[in-house]
Amino acid sequence: MSDYSADEVMTVAAARELSDRTVCFVGIGLPSTAANLARLTHAPRTVLVYESGTIGSKPATLPLSIGDGELAETAAAVVPVPEIFNYWLQGGRIDVGFLGAAQIDRHGNLNSTVIGDYERPKVRLPGGGGAPEIAAMAKEVIVIIRQSQRTFVERIHFRSSVPGSGAMIVITDLGVLRLDRDERELVLTRVHPGVTVDGVRAETGWDLRVADDLEETDPPSEEELRVLRGLKSALAGATA
Amino acid sequence: MAELLQLDEAVRELVHDGDRVALEGFTHLIPFAAGHEIARQGRRDLTLIRMTPDLIYDQLIGVGCARKLVFSWGGNPGVGSLHRLRDAVEKDWPVPLELEEHSHAGMANRYAAGAAGLPFAVLRGYVGTDLVKRSETIAPITCPFTGETLTAVPAIGPDIGIVHAQRADRDGNVQLWGIVGVQKEIVLASARSLVTVEEVVDELEPRPGAIVLPTWCVTAVAEAPHGAHPSYAHDYYDRDNGFYQRWDAISRDRDSFRDWMKENVG
Repeated sequence: MSDYSADEVMTVAAARELSDRTVCFVGIGLPSTAANLARLTHAPRTVLVYESGTIGSKPATLPLSIGDGELAETAAAVVPVPEIFNYWLQGGRIDVGFLGAAQIDRHGNLNSTVIGDYERPKVRLPGGGGAPEIAAMAKEVIVIIRQSQRTFVERIHFRSSVPGSGAMIVITDLGVLRLDRDERELVLTRVHPGVTVDGVRAETGWDLRVADDLEETDPPSEEELRVLRGLKSALAGATA
Repeated sequence: MAELLQLDEAVRELVHDGDRVALEGFTHLIPFAAGHEIARQGRRDLTLIRMTPDLIYDQLIGVGCARKLVFSWGGNPGVGSLHRLRDAVEKDWPVPLELEEHSHAGMANRYAAGAAGLPFAVLRGYVGTDLVKRSETIAPITCPFTGETLTAVPAIGPDIGIVHAQRADRDGNVQLWGIVGVQKEIVLASARSLVTVEEVVDELEPRPGAIVLPTWCVTAVAEAPHGAHPSYAHDYYDRDNGFYQRWDAISRDRDSFRDWMKENVG
């Protein structure tokens, strides 16, 4: 199968980063879609943790919010919100934090708070939510973000979250970047099928570093696309 | 002992102009009926406190009830922006809105400190973020035992905390289950509390995993069937995800928002 969108290859690439049996703290939207795709394909024993306090949720359909009833009904445990952040996240029990953002800079700092000035913003975004602590405490952080001059910027307008001591991978609709810990800089390590390095550079607001051993993403398999499309159409059907 | 009141009299007695008000419910059990009663009674100059302002605060902000918002994530989950919140912050409409912004972990700990009667909470949080620069309620603190630098956030003690729950008995004992969020913390942290419930029953059957708020720590209970809609009450009705999506169009425009509020809230 060769017909798939840039968003689909991004979601599939993000899902593949999640190995089986990892404990994953999931944000809503693209992160939740990718994490559930992983759980329903190659990583069935992945533990999904949602900030509403549900641990080990196994939703059959994608939730619209991080607190849909199905997340609680299918969870191994449901705990209060102070506990999910204190005992489970801060306590060091999360392998992977899965985040989205509106802007990212070359150091992996994320903005989900404002576009423009904080006091008088051009666009007031929802804000950090769980991200400041997820980015800092998870052993590894996976960021999913569509790549363009508007999102990959030289200077983000607000630092909502900054990387902690763990690894960071950024999955976009063009490729995959990894945070070089020594240089504190994102490096392009993989491009998606049909994407060129120049194409990625054109959508990056700084002089992008590229790995010497640049790889290409394997195209999404029929199985991955079938499960992903099933998840998305079930969500659309449930909320129509 | 909690008083069993009608919702309108409970709001009249317990919610005053200028109060610091927290309507909580983390996605689940959001007290929409109580919020709509606050809007109907035209409260003004409220400091609205809530981790996720959600549609309920979008509505209260849009009708001009709020002077200040204390929060950690102000979006329409899985949908996008809260347009009334954005209009207030970006354009001062209908009135300017002051923000006190935190992370979820910070807010949850502030509630827990309030419930515990402590002046502040300690966490490893906010490090390196611009939230620290924008808030006077985030400060570094040194651990007296290890010397580690941690973050302190002050307790939240609202004048009135309001939550929804599945049921209460006639003595005013409250029972809730499913995603319990910060319901217990906000009731215990607040000077006064109001719990709206799906139903008042003769006896609370014990349920594994349920929280019981004893009547003597609740100020008032009011029956409000379907009172969490479009949020939900686990085992009573589901979250109305379709309405959350429709809200995007309803709230985008000032006139269509006002029309909706007039027609559906009064």
